[in-house]
Amino acid sequence: MNYVFHFGVVWDHWRDLAGGAWLTIRLSAMAIVLGLALSIAGAYAKVNGPRPLRWLVGAYVETIRNTPFLVQIFIIYFSLPAVGLRLEANEAALAAMAINFGAYGTEIVRAGIEAVPQGQVEAARALGLTRLQTFRFVILFPAVKTVFPALASQFVLMMLGSSIVSAISAVELTAVTNTLQSTTFRAFEFYFVTTAIYLALALGFRAVLGSIYWLVFRRNRPA
Amino acid sequence: MSRDFGLSEFLFLVAAMRWTLLLSLIAFLGGGAAGLLVALLRTSPMVPLRWLAIGFIQLFQGTPVLMQLFLCFYGITVLFHVEIDAWPAVTIAFTLYSGAFLGEIWRGSIEAIPRAQWEAAECLALGYFHQLRLVILPQAMRISIPPTVGFLVQLIKGTSIASIIGVVELTRAGQLMTNVTFEPMLVYPAVAALYFVLCWPLSLLSQYLERRIDAALGIERRP
Repeated sequence: MNYVFHFGVVWDHWRDLAGGAWLTIRLSAMAIVLGLALSIAGAYAKVNGPRPLRWLVGAYVETIRNTPFLVQIFIIYFSLPAVGLRLEANEAALAAMAINFGAYGTEIVRAGIEAVPQGQVEAARALGLTRLQTFRFVILFPAVKTVFPALASQFVLMMLGSSIVSAISAVELTAVTNTLQSTTFRAFEFYFVTTAIYLALALGFRAVLGSIYWLVFRRNRPA
Repeated sequence: MSRDFGLSEFLFLVAAMRWTLLLSLIAFLGGGAAGLLVALLRTSPMVPLRWLAIGFIQLFQGTPVLMQLFLCFYGITVLFHVEIDAWPAVTIAFTLYSGAFLGEIWRGSIEAIPRAQWEAAECLALGYFHQLRLVILPQAMRISIPPTVGFLVQLIKGTSIASIIGVVELTRAGQLMTNVTFEPMLVYPAVAALYFVLCWPLSLLSQYLERRIDAALGIERRP
């Protein structure tokens, strides 16, 4: 083996990598907020909505879950401009991530809603709460609590999947690495370090989500 | 003068599905072998072996598939000093990737078998491998089928990423077709539809099998 590793080159470009990682973090964080909103709305519609709406949400969920993320990005970034909807690379990436997360999230949150005991729903309705109020004050909180771990791992999967948005010209961590390795010819070193950064991000996000769970659902609250 | 996206262009995409299927099949078979090993190590009575399997799973579930692809592609060239084509690199990467996921799925199935089954087998003077082969695995296999089929969907969608390093499968064929027809509005939705045709039946099968197993195990499910 006569290949000499040069990790020094990677260190010289740490600012670029950090910039890329920061965009990955920002995209993921924004996508989870939008995606979670979509998930909750989708789950509500799927449980309470009129039949056509339920069918529509079902079609959205199945379409997204049975097609590759990469193709979804291509449709948003390359196909939509043909009908007049032109998004910038970063916007397209964010939209794709949120829409993708929303589909998986809808199913996850729906499972949580169905796990809320029926008696509580009936009690709330008997107290005169409207459907929306029942959902907002009685169902949502315990439903999200039940499925929080599943949402968290789906979120980490989405963060890792965001490396694919480098295929359009969003300059997140993977895209930055692609550029750096092609100008320095140190492909292995750069990808090795970037992989390590992703691993750290995944562990970091898991820790942050764990803390959020504890803060929101556990602290000062009997189970 | 560009081509229109007509029947023969669509058939080109349909023909490219075979590479997606072949890649998925190879990755599933290779990953199945790797996954069995990982699952056995992960549930092994020996602690260091368990750690090894945990490390492997964490590494591959905590990093993007795209990075695993790049590392295989460039890493093998660098470490073993052989030029490697995209196909073998992609095959190796997807084998390891699906090995980690299948290993984790099958570990869950093995651990779902009650402890008493192991103990009863041991009382019958069966050694570790006989306990596994005759008592545990036949039962675990049944539980593992629905999530395994579910993972197959994930794998088929995941192979789209191979297009990024130049393997011509369905997604790459879509890109090539876009380049000659300039009709991304038709091509990418067609690509998505073809993936959907592959994945949706598998998703439905997985859900159906899951319901059947739940019924067999006496788990109640709300409609």
